[in-house]
Amino acid sequence: MSSTQRDSGASTNSTEAKKTDPRWNEKKCSWASYMTNSPTMIVMIGLPARGKTYMSKKLTRYLNWIGVPTKVFNLGVYRREAVRAYKSYDFFRHDNEEAMKIRKQCALVALQDVRVYLTEEGGQIAVFDATNTTRERRDLIQAFVKENGFKVFFVESVCDDPDVIAANILEVKVSSPDYPEKHRERVMEDFLKRIECYKVTYQLLDPDDYDKDLSFIKVINVGQRFLVNRVQDYIQSKIVYYLMNIHVHSHSIYLCRHGESNHNVEGRIGGDSELSPRGKQFAHALRDFIDEHKLSDLKVWTSQLRRTIQTAEELGVPYEQWKILNEIDAGVCEEMTYQMIQDSFPEEFALRDQDKYHYRYPGGESYQDLVQRLEPVIMELERQGNVLVICHQAVMRCLLAYFLDKGADDLPYMKCPLHTVLKLTPVAYGCKVEMFYLNVEAVNTHRDRPLGKNPRDSALIHRRNSYTPLSSHDQVKRPRLYSAGNQPWLPLAPTPSALMPERLQSQARTGGSCLSPCAKDSTLMAAKKLVAVFASE
Amino acid sequence: MTNCPTLIVTVGLPARGKTYISKKLTRYLNWIGVPTKEFNVGDYRRECLKIYKSFEFFRPDNEEGVKIRRQCAMSALNDVRQYLSVEGGQVAVFDATNTTRDRRGTIMKFAEQNGFKVFFVESVCEDPEVIAQNIVQVKLENPDYMNCSSEEAIEDFMERIKCYETSYQPLDEDLDSDMSYIKIMDVGRRYLVNRVVDHIQSRIVYYLMNIHITPRSIYLCRHGESDLNIKGRIGGDSGLSGRGKEFAKRLRNFLEEQNIKDLKIWTSQMKRTIQTAECLGVPYEQWKSLNEIDAGVCEEMMYEEIQEHFPLEFALRDQDKYRYRYPKGESYEDLVQRLEPVIMELERQENVLVICHQAIMRCLLAYFLDKTSHELPYLKCPLHTVLKLTPVAYGCKVESVYLGVESVNTHRDRPENVNVQRSTEDALQTVPAHL
Repeated sequence: MSSTQRDSGASTNSTEAKKTDPRWNEKKCSWASYMTNSPTMIVMIGLPARGKTYMSKKLTRYLNWIGVPTKVFNLGVYRREAVRAYKSYDFFRHDNEEAMKIRKQCALVALQDVRVYLTEEGGQIAVFDATNTTRERRDLIQAFVKENGFKVFFVESVCDDPDVIAANILEVKVSSPDYPEKHRERVMEDFLKRIECYKVTYQLLDPDDYDKDLSFIKVINVGQRFLVNRVQDYIQSKIVYYLMNIHVHSHSIYLCRHGESNHNVEGRIGGDSELSPRGKQFAHALRDFIDEHKLSDLKVWTSQLRRTIQTAEELGVPYEQWKILNEIDAGVCEEMTYQMIQDSFPEEFALRDQDKYHYRYPGGESYQDLVQRLEPVIMELERQGNVLVICHQAVMRCLLAYFLDKGADDLPYMKCPLHTVLKLTPVAYGCKVEMFYLNVEAVNTHRDRPLGKNPRDSALIHRRNSYTPLSSHDQVKRPRLYSAGNQPWLPLAPTPSALMPERLQSQARTGGSCLSPCAKDSTLMAAKKLVAVFASE
Repeated sequence: MTNCPTLIVTVGLPARGKTYISKKLTRYLNWIGVPTKEFNVGDYRRECLKIYKSFEFFRPDNEEGVKIRRQCAMSALNDVRQYLSVEGGQVAVFDATNTTRDRRGTIMKFAEQNGFKVFFVESVCEDPEVIAQNIVQVKLENPDYMNCSSEEAIEDFMERIKCYETSYQPLDEDLDSDMSYIKIMDVGRRYLVNRVVDHIQSRIVYYLMNIHITPRSIYLCRHGESDLNIKGRIGGDSGLSGRGKEFAKRLRNFLEEQNIKDLKIWTSQMKRTIQTAECLGVPYEQWKSLNEIDAGVCEEMMYEEIQEHFPLEFALRDQDKYRYRYPKGESYEDLVQRLEPVIMELERQENVLVICHQAIMRCLLAYFLDKTSHELPYLKCPLHTVLKLTPVAYGCKVESVYLGVESVNTHRDRPENVNVQRSTEDALQTVPAHL
């Protein structure tokens, strides 16, 4: 099962599309309202230690990776800003009036930041990560959302398994900034009391009555059961699907490239060549590596190109071939060396260096296309246990970017050398990375980012991205996954087409690339502590 | 993708959409390549009990009725076993009310004995309007009510539902917490999903959560005639011919006439579909996954040239057009995989016009009309013709509208001789005329 993901999904409600009438004459207004899908606020709900932050971060990482600008707003961070030193769980007692005032104030400040992100900074989805356990708080949020014309989707995590909760606390709370002294029992004790404070006023989502008109998913006991209510649009349906596929069982994902190929040796890109002798050696080494690590029930996936298949054959275990793991299609540049490309297509060569993520080879693909077609692989990796993925350089960069939360700027320059296995193990809020070089020499196929950032010549980029002429007036400017909830990341250049005399209103929202590493801004604590970042430069 | 065969078991009172869901799910799974078959216990009962008299048969105190119904269920389960264990089926959909815990227990035991996984799909609905609609749409056509008037049929059916109501034990969050199921409430307003254990169940859940029953139509057509079409060449990325542009204009008129509410328009990323859409003067979306099948080394060739340069490939393709992959290109099977997200999005949407290509349109059509992989590559999708698909009862109504602009014919039937040793003449027997 290997399918290519499509590049856009219309998601507007008919209510939005109803703004168009008659459809034939007001092209750009209806287009703008159709494409400017209301930004969505995802609101987490649940007692402490129910995995809200885990889900927030993971979801945010996924949405950014598929090109939907998303950011987490963690109320705990705001609270720590406001109240420098955390003393004890007393702060969270519901009868602690002063604390309640501070906490509410923090919520309001956070909501302001959400508004700015969604209306001025080009964000499409804001994840509001807090307990939000009272109706009062949720009503406040709903009023805010209504006022600003956002959609809202609630994600409630309900868990009564004491083992899960205890494990949660140990894994992430013990290292929280609130507990610098890290004395385990003290932390556990205080935190459990903190939870009790919330329990007193916790009002669960009520699907039968009070909350029956809300859009939400209730995640019960870490994904054992889900209650899904009134999914409104495409992006909410994707979010539900994603949340239903992730799990917390420990597992490891191994990523590596095929063994060195004959084309690699000649410096040629693409093609479908076989393994060089050193490549074959690597395959043997890989077999030993797997035996050493005693991986139970390891699944092995390859692409449908010879070099990955040959590598897998040496392992002597069953493996699955996925067409969508094939290397990026270099179109007219297939099987050329970089020198040949520079000689035959100097302009293309330069354009690619200007914007390696969005650049699409004529007749071929871009990294952006790759990310789209790899989405089902990511979804399936989330569902699985231990998997070894034998793939290719560009493909591996895309997969790695997902796990390590790298944005479009960094993705195409991540280092994925031949004959090296990366072991990714989800840990707390991130991913631990271990690198294993299997001691078989190989050529280096990595091309660094060119020195000195060239100013982007947007006209050229537009011409390149519009591989075919004559398009709908904003097509050229849109990133591929636009209607998954994106807004254009480039300023809209005028087109020769008479269809669009003026600029679209969404132009006002340009600014940072919508593929900016949004998720990185989330809790600095977690980012520092828990991710052994794999150096990409 | 799946190892253990899976038994999907529907649960619900009559007129809750169980058969609708069963048939749709079966169609979808088969289309994505998972051999699936549905087993409707009502059909077995009709076989057994040639004539249906009245709802009395379904009364819980009708001993004979109960015995016969039980036998029918057993018979159906036997066929399920045959299909999954012997005939190579992967998924069986057991479509019946299965409203008692007892009946479901029997089924689960059966599944355990045979090494099948079980996934329940329960449909719960109390909206009288939806139920009435249901009855009118599908029950009145039912063989059970062939000889009655509509009022009589409706009345009898309502009584039938009552017979089940008293003994109905819906799936329970606590008592059934170890079972894998999805509970669909009020036609998709709400879902309860419990213990999804593998990939196929997760796909089924995702599919069920994306379908709806709001009336709408899907319009499928190809781009206008292109320059390469005229020359008899396949693939490539050429622009519209004069006649193709004329078609685009006519298409615009056609859409205006049809006055379709909130129509969404999708094209591929190739010139010919984009140019066609441009003439419509309204916003449209481009999907790379709607691009025509990649003919690899044969791109932009005429069939005559393919026969000249790759006679072996040409013959192999005729032998198994669905699975055959052009060297460095794609197969219809690959197409289906890349079109799956398009299908999923089409399910979510309401009125949509898809301007695409011959092979693509065949794949989409095969999904809506439940065509097999043998029929799919030979479905007729002529240029300058719009197909309007309207979901109706358990299937799809198709209206074909030719917009009156002439074009070349690009349809190549399967020639008689598919042997690799065949003569050039035999190979080119069915090639349509071109410049």
